[in-house]
Amino acid sequence: MNATSSLLTVSNMTVDYLGERTVHAVKDVSIELGRGEILGLAGESGCGKSTFAYAINQLLRPPAMITGGTVVFHDQGGEDIDVLALENKALRRYRWDKVSMVFQGAMNSLNPVMSVGAQMSDVFRTHRPEMNRSQRRDRSVELLELVSVDANRFGSYAHELSGGMRQRVMIAMALALGPQLMIMDEPTTALDVVVQRGILQEIMRLRTELNFAVIFITHDLPMLLEISDRIAIMRAGEIVESGTAEDIFFAAQHPYTRTLLNSFPSLTGERGDFIRSGASLGSVEV
Amino acid sequence: MATLDVKDLSKDYRLHSGLHGSTLCAVKHVSFSLEAGRTVALVGQSGSGKSTVAKIIAQLETPTAGHILLDGKSVARKGRGLTAYRDQVQMVFQDPFASLNPFHTIEHHLARPLQLHGKARSKREVRAKVIELLERVNLSPASDFIDRRPHELSGGQRQRVAIARALAPSPKVLIADEPVSMLDVSIRVGMLNLLARLQREENLAVLYITHDLATARHFSDEILVMYQGEVIERGPSDDVILHPQADFTKKLLAAAPEPSRNARFTSVAANYPTPSTTSQGENR
Amino acid sequence: MPEPINPESVDLLAAGPDARVAKGGGDSLRRLLTPKFVVGAVIVVAIVLFGIIVPFFTQNPRAIDNVGLTPPSAEHLLGTTQVGQDVFAQLAHATRGSLIIGVLVGALTLMLSALFGTLGAYIGGVTDEAFSLFTNVMLVIPGLPLIIVIQSYVPKKSIFLVILVLALTGWAGGARVLRAQTLSLRGRDYVLAARVAGEKRWRIIFVEILPNLLPVMSSGFVFSIIFAILAEAGLSFIGIGATGALTWGTMLANAQNGQALLFGGWWWFVPPGLMIALLGAGLSMINFSIDEVINPKLRTVNVAKLVKEAATA
Repeated sequence: MNATSSLLTVSNMTVDYLGERTVHAVKDVSIELGRGEILGLAGESGCGKSTFAYAINQLLRPPAMITGGTVVFHDQGGEDIDVLALENKALRRYRWDKVSMVFQGAMNSLNPVMSVGAQMSDVFRTHRPEMNRSQRRDRSVELLELVSVDANRFGSYAHELSGGMRQRVMIAMALALGPQLMIMDEPTTALDVVVQRGILQEIMRLRTELNFAVIFITHDLPMLLEISDRIAIMRAGEIVESGTAEDIFFAAQHPYTRTLLNSFPSLTGERGDFIRSGASLGSVEV
Repeated sequence: MATLDVKDLSKDYRLHSGLHGSTLCAVKHVSFSLEAGRTVALVGQSGSGKSTVAKIIAQLETPTAGHILLDGKSVARKGRGLTAYRDQVQMVFQDPFASLNPFHTIEHHLARPLQLHGKARSKREVRAKVIELLERVNLSPASDFIDRRPHELSGGQRQRVAIARALAPSPKVLIADEPVSMLDVSIRVGMLNLLARLQREENLAVLYITHDLATARHFSDEILVMYQGEVIERGPSDDVILHPQADFTKKLLAAAPEPSRNARFTSVAANYPTPSTTSQGENR
Repeated sequence: MPEPINPESVDLLAAGPDARVAKGGGDSLRRLLTPKFVVGAVIVVAIVLFGIIVPFFTQNPRAIDNVGLTPPSAEHLLGTTQVGQDVFAQLAHATRGSLIIGVLVGALTLMLSALFGTLGAYIGGVTDEAFSLFTNVMLVIPGLPLIIVIQSYVPKKSIFLVILVLALTGWAGGARVLRAQTLSLRGRDYVLAARVAGEKRWRIIFVEILPNLLPVMSSGFVFSIIFAILAEAGLSFIGIGATGALTWGTMLANAQNGQALLFGGWWWFVPPGLMIALLGAGLSMINFSIDEVINPKLRTVNVAKLVKEAATA
């Protein structure tokens, strides 16, 4: 049993997009993720948060290249895995089993010509070859019910499910092998706010039940404040500030953090308040 | 007298699936008024019908029932009457990437509406007016932007060009269909402030369509909540947000992320000092 | 404030946003000039110049002589045909003939597909349905039998009849593509914005929509040229082409009839065949380059080169 409470250590990750003009997408980013912790990664488009997430899973394709840094996964079985050194079979065993990912627009990642249940069974066929067909089915149904999708949806096709349901199925698939870490890249962006709230509650509940860690990537800072244990703010490839959600909310240090906080008007506070600072929306224009 | 009156607007779509046909009632009996100098927000989730209402008012779609009155008079659907309507009613679209033609320069995008509505004739006049419009939306110096193509501009800059284009005919009514939802978060409030200023300067009647209740509250005088094609609640902004009546409105409000009412934060607020004056200056 | 480069909006990862239509103007032109395009363009331009200029300087391609089938020599650069005609001169004039057919068919096909595809799709409603039905019917009618029927009715098989017939049987495919593209563009926000601005219908078609169809149209145009030249060669080979005129196809047909292969007269049929192949290759390379501009996802990235550059930087 790995005694340390740290699950993932990323040190000095640097990613460049090679080309005529080399773009430094991620610059020397380090994070430490604890077991069962929800880390929110906040930033606007182009800040490098998605590139970072792809990098720590070795999902980048040329011309994107990791030009520096290490990723160490502290498996609960005791060993420390150097993720970037993994290849082929070892990488496949690592992926989805230890770390799974829910991608942006994941709802549209479901194969339209296969039933949802068949796709879930597929995960087991690949990673748990010792399971037989009925075991696969049972486990898939169990997972669907875990994310509050009715068991009789096993045979449904993607287009027969609503956006929220599809997203739940994607989450179920990501949970299939009992990963210790789930990376979620804007999982609720395309969903209605009511459905979004449901999915977030689902994630929180599952996290409590199964104790996996989450790296939650989004531009929606208020959402992160409500669900994260810790938050890191990214801008232009760097982490400009990180801390507990309470620290960020009450005592943001970096001007950019404050800018982000100021971008979300308060729903129920004084008319003209930002979610935290009490400053009026003012008349500063873009 | 209201500038724009929408009375009992309905829009049905016929859907064909094989040999079956069914009717989708996208908009059901929607009525409201827009007045000069005031903003009305139409709030709803996707599929609520709010964008369809916008398209009908912009005369991009024809309603199945109901009518629109401009300054008390029924509006024309074609010919010179339609051109006169477009003089008065303009629209800003949601997607700054899609609403500008990648083939043409910024000048073309602004020159055409100016010419079509008789605001400028000679080449020199047109160029002068285009520069004026760009300066008004804070795209300064205008000469930097005038010959560029849309892909050379950022999302925020493109959206400002779209706003300038909408203002070119000097309209009385502006429909803003989710004007900031596809922009980077940190520039959204600034963009809305810009729209607010332009509204004040031109005394525009603005219809602000959004799914975001918070900005609807801060930037509009009246809120209409739409659900499945119907207006299920309406009233002054603060009333609707702080004292909602309809179930769906309450659900929407409960679902929106709002850390300041979350027990997690309110319970530890005392541990942190009250915001210092420095944070108030960081308003950018 | 200078805008930071936005790598995540660049379509570099496998799962990216929809590919955008060519961005118009000088930017596309620069992206077009890849090695592939340059090679293709050089080939095509060389052949075109050959067809335009060289015929002025050759012997009379139709002048028959007593010498019979002779191999290349100083006097006849590519030898002679079985009736003593200079093959090089024939090749030069045939190039002209084939190119004329290619370009004219390309132009006619373009106009017809634009008419039935784009116009119908923009107007919509009954017009669109009618045009679409007509297009689909024309698409289904078998081309070769139709051409044979038409050609056999007309006694004098001129080059212009061949052009007309090829255009009439070849426009339907392009029309379908243009219709699909126009339908897609019609709903784009910038077209809606032009309508809200008060732009007239015909101006929207020509000024807003058509420029964005240019990449697809130019690709279709180039394809039509290839199609026309190959089709004409095929028709001539089976004897129903422009039998009187001089084209690569008629050269091949004559070589076949003159039993050049049997007598080892490679200089008669290899050059025209080679020219067809070269022009086809050159035009295809141009077409692929245009496609890469339209759809950035098709662009190939030279990874090894990039890695090497990064290492030495």
